Amino acid sequence: MTSVALITEPNLDAPDPFYEALIETHRDLDEAQSHALNARLVLLLANHIGRQDVLLAALKAARDSGR
Amino acid sequence: MSPATSALSHASDGAAIQQHAFAYRRSPDQDAATPACHPVVVVGAGPVGLSLAIDLAQRGQRVLLLDNDHRLSTGSRAICFAKRTLEIWDRLGVGDAMCAKGVEWNVGKVFFHDDLLYRFDLLPEPGHARPAFINLQQYYAEAYLAVRAAQLPNLEIRWHNTVAGCTQTADGVLLGIDTPEGRYSLQADYVAACDGSRSPLRALLGQESKGRVFRDRFLIADVKMAVDFPAERWFWFDPPFHPNQSVLLHRQPDGVWRIDFQLGWDADPEAEKQPERIKPRVDAMMRAALGREVPYELEWASVYTFACLRMDAFVHGRVFFAGDSAHGVSPFGARGANSGVQDAENLAWKLDLVLRGAAPRALLDSYGPEREYAADENILNSTRATDFITPKSAISRLFRDATLALAKDHPFARRIVNSGRLSVPATLRTSTLNTPDRDAFAGAMLPGAPAVDAPLASGGWLLRRLAGNGFAALVFGDDAEAASALAAVQQGSEGPLPVDVVRLPCSGLAAERYDARPGTVYLLRPDQHVCARWRAPTAADVSAALQKALQA
Repeated sequence: MTSVALITEPNLDAPDPFYEALIETHRDLDEAQSHALNARLVLLLANHIGRQDVLLAALKAARDSGR
Repeated sequence: MSPATSALSHASDGAAIQQHAFAYRRSPDQDAATPACHPVVVVGAGPVGLSLAIDLAQRGQRVLLLDNDHRLSTGSRAICFAKRTLEIWDRLGVGDAMCAKGVEWNVGKVFFHDDLLYRFDLLPEPGHARPAFINLQQYYAEAYLAVRAAQLPNLEIRWHNTVAGCTQTADGVLLGIDTPEGRYSLQADYVAACDGSRSPLRALLGQESKGRVFRDRFLIADVKMAVDFPAERWFWFDPPFHPNQSVLLHRQPDGVWRIDFQLGWDADPEAEKQPERIKPRVDAMMRAALGREVPYELEWASVYTFACLRMDAFVHGRVFFAGDSAHGVSPFGARGANSGVQDAENLAWKLDLVLRGAAPRALLDSYGPEREYAADENILNSTRATDFITPKSAISRLFRDATLALAKDHPFARRIVNSGRLSVPATLRTSTLNTPDRDAFAGAMLPGAPAVDAPLASGGWLLRRLAGNGFAALVFGDDAEAASALAAVQQGSEGPLPVDVVRLPCSGLAAERYDARPGTVYLLRPDQHVCARWRAPTAADVSAALQKALQA
C-alpha cells in the first residue's frame, strides 16, 4: 500500500498530440541540445508538481522502469 | 594588560596586527615539582579558542589558553562573520569592535554569463541589532578577541606552548607541552581542542576527521584596489571573464577585495598563486565589470581545495573538539568559523556549570550530539552547494546549467540555484536538553532554536538584554495570566542557579517572533537557545524543564 499520489493511470488530456509535441520540441536540436532541453523540462515539470513525495515517487518509478 | 597586547589594541592597521609578535614567557608551571592543575585548558588561540576562553573567563573560570605560535592569523582566511556570531561576540564584549571595523552586508547577487540572475536579501526584515553578515579579515577578529582576553585577569595565554602529549586519566588530562625552553607537564580537568583542521590533539588521541574530499581547486586573491562596488556578495557562474568556472567577489575593510576564482582540479596550485598568473585574471574581471583595468596591490593569495568532513564524536573523555578540529566544510556558505564560534558558546556554559558543581557531568555529554547535529547540517548545506558549483558528473553539470538557464526567466529556478547557503545557526531539534512542546506554537522559536533578536519597547535589544551568563525566562503580557506565569517561573526556578526574568509586552516584534500571548513563557539556556516554552506553565513545568536542560 502506498499513500503517495503519483498518478500512473492515464491522465493526459491528449496523449497522442502531447507525444507529437514532445518530439516536435526537439526538432533540429543535436543530442546535447536535446539533453539540455529535457533537463529544463524536468525542472519545469517538477516545480509544477511541487510535492516532494510525488517527485520522489516519480524519480523512483523512472529509475525502476529503466532496469 | 600586558605591554604586548596593549600595543596591539592601538594597532589599527592590518599589517601591524599580522606582524605583531606575542612574547613567550616562562611560567612557574614549568618549574613545578608536580604538574600544576588547571580546571580548563583551551588549545589554539584562533577565533574559536579565543571565544571559548573569553566566555569561560567571563563566567568566572580560571582558563589557560595555549598556542603553538606567537602570532595571530596571517592573510584574510575567514572573512564572513554571521549574525549569530556577532550576537555571541556581543555577549563577549567584542561585537561593537568587530562591527565598527567590518563591512556590513545583507544582499547577495548571482550572475550567469553576463546576466544578473537574481538578488537575495539575507535579512529582509527590520528589527535586528546586527546585520546578516560582516566581512572582516580573520586577523582583525582575532586581534579584538585577543585584546578582550587580555582584560580578563583569570584568562592566561601562553604563546609558543605546543601540546605534544595528551594522556587521559580517570580524573583529568595530563598534557605534555613543548616550549622554547623544553617540555613541561600540566594537569587539566578538561581540555578543549580548538587547534584547527590539522588538529595535533586529534592525532594525539588517535582520532581522525572523515568525509568527502572535493576534486576542485580555488584561488583566493585578496587585492587592495580603489573601486566602489557595493558591499554585497557577488557570485558568477561561467562569466565571460573566467569561462566555465565560478567567481566570487566580496568587499573587506581597508579597501581589500576577496576574489575567489574556481580553477578546476588540473590547476597547478603553486603556479596559480604567483602574482603574474593572478594579474591577467583580475584585469579581465575589471575590464568586464568596469571597462578598464585597475591598479591593485595583492595582499594575500592562496590556492585551496576543501573537504566536507567531521570526527565521529566531538567528545573523547575529558577532551572536547570545537571548530575546524571537529569538522570541516567548503567555504561557500561561511559555515566554518561561524559554526566553530557556536561550538565554543555551546561548550562554555556547560563546562562552567559542571566545574562549579551546578550540573552533573552528563551535561557535558550533550555537547557532542548537539554540535555533531549542527555539523551535519552545515556539511549537508555545504555539500549541496559544492555539488552545484562543482558538478561531479556530466549529468550533474547538465542539470546545473539547465537550472541556471531557466533562472533567467523563471523565478522558481532561482530557488534551486545554489552559490552557497549562508550560515545560519542550527536549531537543535533533537537535543535531550529540550522539553518537547505541550502547547501549540507557530513560528521558528521551537525548542532548540537560538533565540531571535527583537527591539525592546524600552529601547535596546532583546539579545543584549539577555547578555547575562545564566538561564533566562521571557514572560509575555501584563495581565492576570502573565502574573500567574511569572509566579510559576519564580517558584519553579528557586534554587542555586538564578533565572533572569525578562518581561515583554504581547505586542511588537518580540511578541510576533515568539508567537506570544498573555502568559506565554520561553525558557532560554545560557547560550540563548530555547529549551522550553508554554502558554501557561506551572512551577513544576519550569522546574522540570530546568532540570532537563541541566541533565540533572
